[in-house]
Amino acid sequence: MDLTATTTIRRPAPEVYAFWRVLENLPTFMAHLEQVRATGEKTSHWSASAPFGTDVEWDAEIIHETPGERIEWRSTGEAAVPNAGAVRFVPAPDGVSTEVHVVLVYDIPGGAVGKAVAKYFGEEPHQQLDDDLRRLKQVLETGEVVRSDGAPWGKRARKEFPQRPAQPLSDVELEKGADA
Amino acid sequence: MRANTWAGRNKVEVRDVPDPKILNGRDVIVRITSTAICGSDLHLVDGYVPTMQDGDVLGHEFMGEVVEVGPDVAPDWLHVGDRVVVPFPISCGACAACSAELYSCCENSNPNAGIAEKMFGHPLAGIFGYSHLTGGFAGGQAQYARVPFADVGPLKIESDLTDEQVLFLSDILPTGYMGAEMCDIQPSDVVAVWGAGPVGQFAMDSARVLGAARVIAIDKEPYRLQMAEQAGHIPVNFDEVDVRSRLLELTGGRGPDKCIDAVGLEATHGSAHVAAYDRIKQAVRSETERPHALRQAIMSCRSGGVVSVVGVYGGLLDKFPAGAWMNRSLTLRTGQCHVQRYMKPLLERIERGEIDPTRIITHTLPLDEAPHGYEIFKNKQENCEKVVLKP
Repeated sequence: MDLTATTTIRRPAPEVYAFWRVLENLPTFMAHLEQVRATGEKTSHWSASAPFGTDVEWDAEIIHETPGERIEWRSTGEAAVPNAGAVRFVPAPDGVSTEVHVVLVYDIPGGAVGKAVAKYFGEEPHQQLDDDLRRLKQVLETGEVVRSDGAPWGKRARKEFPQRPAQPLSDVELEKGADA
Repeated sequence: MRANTWAGRNKVEVRDVPDPKILNGRDVIVRITSTAICGSDLHLVDGYVPTMQDGDVLGHEFMGEVVEVGPDVAPDWLHVGDRVVVPFPISCGACAACSAELYSCCENSNPNAGIAEKMFGHPLAGIFGYSHLTGGFAGGQAQYARVPFADVGPLKIESDLTDEQVLFLSDILPTGYMGAEMCDIQPSDVVAVWGAGPVGQFAMDSARVLGAARVIAIDKEPYRLQMAEQAGHIPVNFDEVDVRSRLLELTGGRGPDKCIDAVGLEATHGSAHVAAYDRIKQAVRSETERPHALRQAIMSCRSGGVVSVVGVYGGLLDKFPAGAWMNRSLTLRTGQCHVQRYMKPLLERIERGEIDPTRIITHTLPLDEAPHGYEIFKNKQENCEKVVLKP
């Protein structure tokens, strides 16, 4: 499965690139990621969040990189869901913004993991990536992922629909957090 | 706290709900001292805006006192105890739209942007108490509200103006003003305003302060027309006269130079067969709008004129008079109000006495009587023009 998405962020390309290049930042806006940990200059260890299939972890390596412009990576070894990605950072015509163009490629396996992944992406898989990039834009332009009463847990917003009512959260809900 | 909530179609209910808390660093919490019922709240209650849920706290016109400030609010911007009016669009201040002062098109403030994008092609800003399509933010018909991006939106009131004088800076005064501003008014202009509700009244007053030669008010409620007439505008009752003929008469056959639609998607109409067509299509949800006012404005406007739309539309409409629009060189301008752009200049106009926003208030009720307020506002009972609620 190939997914593409793009957004424009009102920050200079080197800054957007630098944020993405710290791979630990990816889970702040990518819904399917629980954690990414750098294990070397070009290598990293990724783990998925529950809806994507629990216990899905893999190693990845950066295979091409042009600072400020482009990063390409792919999973390595025996990944349960072999995948690869590329992101380009292109200065926008307005002279202040950056176009972010992302391609993700998943080699979806059979079995339970494949089912979980297919279910996660649903009928319109590119929307997950669209939403990821919307949150990237929020983080870089405003400092954090925007929360509302209906969608209080940031990156789970789409999955939560229909949402909790647009009324303030109780202390109990707040304490339970995203797992409520 | 107590809050007025959506409880299904045609039903609002004041309930006990949790107090709001800071969720993002740039939030503040406001203790609300005055809030109002807006005509667009009626579209929600009438069920014409999708994605409402039982328990949603309503209200997007409110003001009050800051009682808690988030850790990331720009320092020296807002403090506990400050008195603020809160604009209805939630705007980040940093995206391309906000940078161009198109605050109601903010690209970041709506966590449900993906859903809005499906309906409208591109997303729109978050709005307080105005469906999940605009973010699922609890509204301001309540004792307290959480206000995100508090260093962009809220206007601090430092003079001793009353709540009633400044409350409408949150929405309807800027909305009416933007309706008039989009008309690019010249001193020779006759401006016709469809709808003598609160936004229409402020569009009329704004057209006057922007220098229009004459302002015409079109409605069918005698008390609303009388209110407009008392403010110096010319009333036209569409239940009593043919609007197009009357407008031609009032303009020497030219038609109004500028037309403002302050009605939107639930217009009523003198022409029974067209009204029935739209009502049926709207009832079976194959058309979301009853756009009589817009159609009539386009047909009435003089060639080369401007039709400015501040009445709310939510989806698709039928029988748009594209031929009149195109062949007669009409300019159609519209937008949800970019409130933040207008709050300060309009506050100054209020301070100078050029606009008196209090003239439209007919009812002041305790928050717990919100359902009654909705009832009389919707059904135009007790000569209701504008309800202010006191939490």
